[in-house]
Amino acid sequence: MDVALLIGIFPQVLLDGIILGFMYALIALGYTMVYGVLEFINFAHSEIFIVGAFVGVEVMLGLKSAGLLDGLPWPVVLVLVLVAGMAGSGLLAVTVERVAYRPLRNAPRLIPLISAIGISFFLQDMIRLFESLWRNAFNLVYPTLDALNLRFELTETLDVSVKSLVVIGGALGMLWALHMIVNRTKVGTAIRAVAEDQAAASLMGIDVNRIISLTFLIGGAMGGAAGVLFGVQYGLINPYSGFIPGLKAFTAAVLGGIGNIPGAMVGGLVLGLLEAFAASYLSLLTGGAFGAEYKDILAFSILILILIFRPKGLLGEVVRERA
Amino acid sequence: MIQSLLAVALTGVSAFAVAVYPRSVLVFLLFQGSILFAYRARIPDWLRWSLLAAALLVLMPAIGYYNGYYLEVATQVGIFVALALGLNIVVGLAGLLDLGYVAFFAVGAYSWAIVGSPHANVIFGGESFPLAGGWFYLFLLVGLGVAALTGVLLGLPVLRLHGDYLAVVTLGFGEVIRVLANNLDKPINFTNGPKGITPISRPPTPLGLPYGEYFYFLALLIVIVVVLVNRRLENSHIGRAWEAIREDELAARAMGVPLVRMKLMAFACGASFAGIMGVLFSAKQIFINPESFTFLESIGVLAMVILGGMGSIPGAILGATVVTVLNLQVLKGFSLWLNELKNAGVTVLGYSLADLPTQFEPAKYERMVFGIILVLMMIYRPQGIFPARRRQREMTQ
Repeated sequence: MDVALLIGIFPQVLLDGIILGFMYALIALGYTMVYGVLEFINFAHSEIFIVGAFVGVEVMLGLKSAGLLDGLPWPVVLVLVLVAGMAGSGLLAVTVERVAYRPLRNAPRLIPLISAIGISFFLQDMIRLFESLWRNAFNLVYPTLDALNLRFELTETLDVSVKSLVVIGGALGMLWALHMIVNRTKVGTAIRAVAEDQAAASLMGIDVNRIISLTFLIGGAMGGAAGVLFGVQYGLINPYSGFIPGLKAFTAAVLGGIGNIPGAMVGGLVLGLLEAFAASYLSLLTGGAFGAEYKDILAFSILILILIFRPKGLLGEVVRERA
Repeated sequence: MIQSLLAVALTGVSAFAVAVYPRSVLVFLLFQGSILFAYRARIPDWLRWSLLAAALLVLMPAIGYYNGYYLEVATQVGIFVALALGLNIVVGLAGLLDLGYVAFFAVGAYSWAIVGSPHANVIFGGESFPLAGGWFYLFLLVGLGVAALTGVLLGLPVLRLHGDYLAVVTLGFGEVIRVLANNLDKPINFTNGPKGITPISRPPTPLGLPYGEYFYFLALLIVIVVVLVNRRLENSHIGRAWEAIREDELAARAMGVPLVRMKLMAFACGASFAGIMGVLFSAKQIFINPESFTFLESIGVLAMVILGGMGSIPGAILGATVVTVLNLQVLKGFSLWLNELKNAGVTVLGYSLADLPTQFEPAKYERMVFGIILVLMMIYRPQGIFPARRRQREMTQ
């Protein structure tokens, strides 16, 4: 075994893990906010996330065909794409809640979950249908911006590209904004009140339905931002590529303690790092016997073990379980 | 009386129509509809059962003789009916939402695929594999047993979980099994990874039946056994215990229902049906790989159970038939029809169909079908098309 190699790749793996972790954290926020308010797993969030990526790529391709992609300064392009992705995903999340979840709010708990699974599948094929008719292709590639692909060599074995910094910076900015909204504004207070006790909140003059819509809007917008950043970072997207990251992000939310916003960030980072290390080191350490794909098994095993043995997660918000 | 005549006439006419137009999907759908009508119509029981027997035992194989594809569809329906009935026990009766159900199907399929093909020589060494086709019958039971055991192994750790947490854990479990099947080609090559296992031996057929007919009859036989077992279970103290757990776990425990044993039994029973069909599936296909055992399949089976009605045996049968036929025939038929129109240069409202993008293939939208079924049923008719009898009684009281 080449110890020098193992140590050599360490900083790069760490960086990859942090990027992946922030991505998971952003997606996990959507799961955790909805769970906090409704105690309901929004299974369709993985598709809401990937819709953000598709809105983003459509805006970029639109700008490209208008000849503006290289004309505008890249931060402007990036902000435009992010805003579009967030708006698309946020509005979609609100619509999904209105159509498929609200009529079922008082039904037994499994009913809305099954409906959410249905929405998830439906959205996957809707994206496919739309893109097939519109572009005659549903595997889309993000146009590259030269400025984003610029790489800085920090050390011999570690280099970092502008887009990685953008992903980390964007994720941190979103998380900070969310923190401010939830903890420092009146709306945030209302969200927390509804999460605490819907009936009491409505007696205090809070419009519960509006707050729930708003929760979906904010969670969806975070997912949309994550979608755009995902596309910028990894390039290739298809209608089904949201599912696995969505499941991993849900794992992150559970790992940190579902319903708990800082928990989603911690869970995302922990899971991202674990996965990055598993992907790079497993096959090196076992001489190729276990490939990088075992990172998925690692993630799902964490999900299973946490749900069974510590359902309140690492940061331990107490979760009531409605049967 | 009118209905009796109608049922006989409908079955006869539709069977005759299939013989005349052996390639028409619509006519075959009519035939399936006539079977459903015979089942639902207000006619004497002896007539009902003889019509059903005639349709399934005589007419269907005869149709298959003209067009083997219909027999393939019928066999697939049989496989999914057994899966839906198995999942119906776990989800419908015991109320445990299992999103990784196809894993048990995979376990059954791989248990025969590995020893029924030369691949086992890679694992165990030597030249003694594949086993002779006759072992297939034994492995129907082995697959059943292995799947039931897997069901218990999954059930043990998740006993304490309820509702959506249970659903997510079973989903994770299903994904783990799929990823394992994809990656266990090293260090020891158990599954041959994404390349899959082939050729899988088939048993010698009795009476020189062609394989299409053979697997159809075998699937039908297993389905009949599964239906009988299901009916007996539903009305036994076990079935009542399951339904008690579904309605209120705490109350069930207070009434002395042994929760652990009953939940494990639900997982094992549900899994065993999938296991036995898995063995049949691998022999029928000759080739299997992990692609056949994805989350999509689990949700497909769930959609069948939900469409028919959770906890209802006729519901699960109807749901499995409708969903399978939708996927295999209606979507594909629509695709083919659209292609014909395209090639003929037909225009609709001034839009030439030939301009339709090539990537638009209606046959590929099974997820959309599953999704629409799940959402619409949950919103408008959560009890399903044929609600379970006991639940119906509760509703009317």
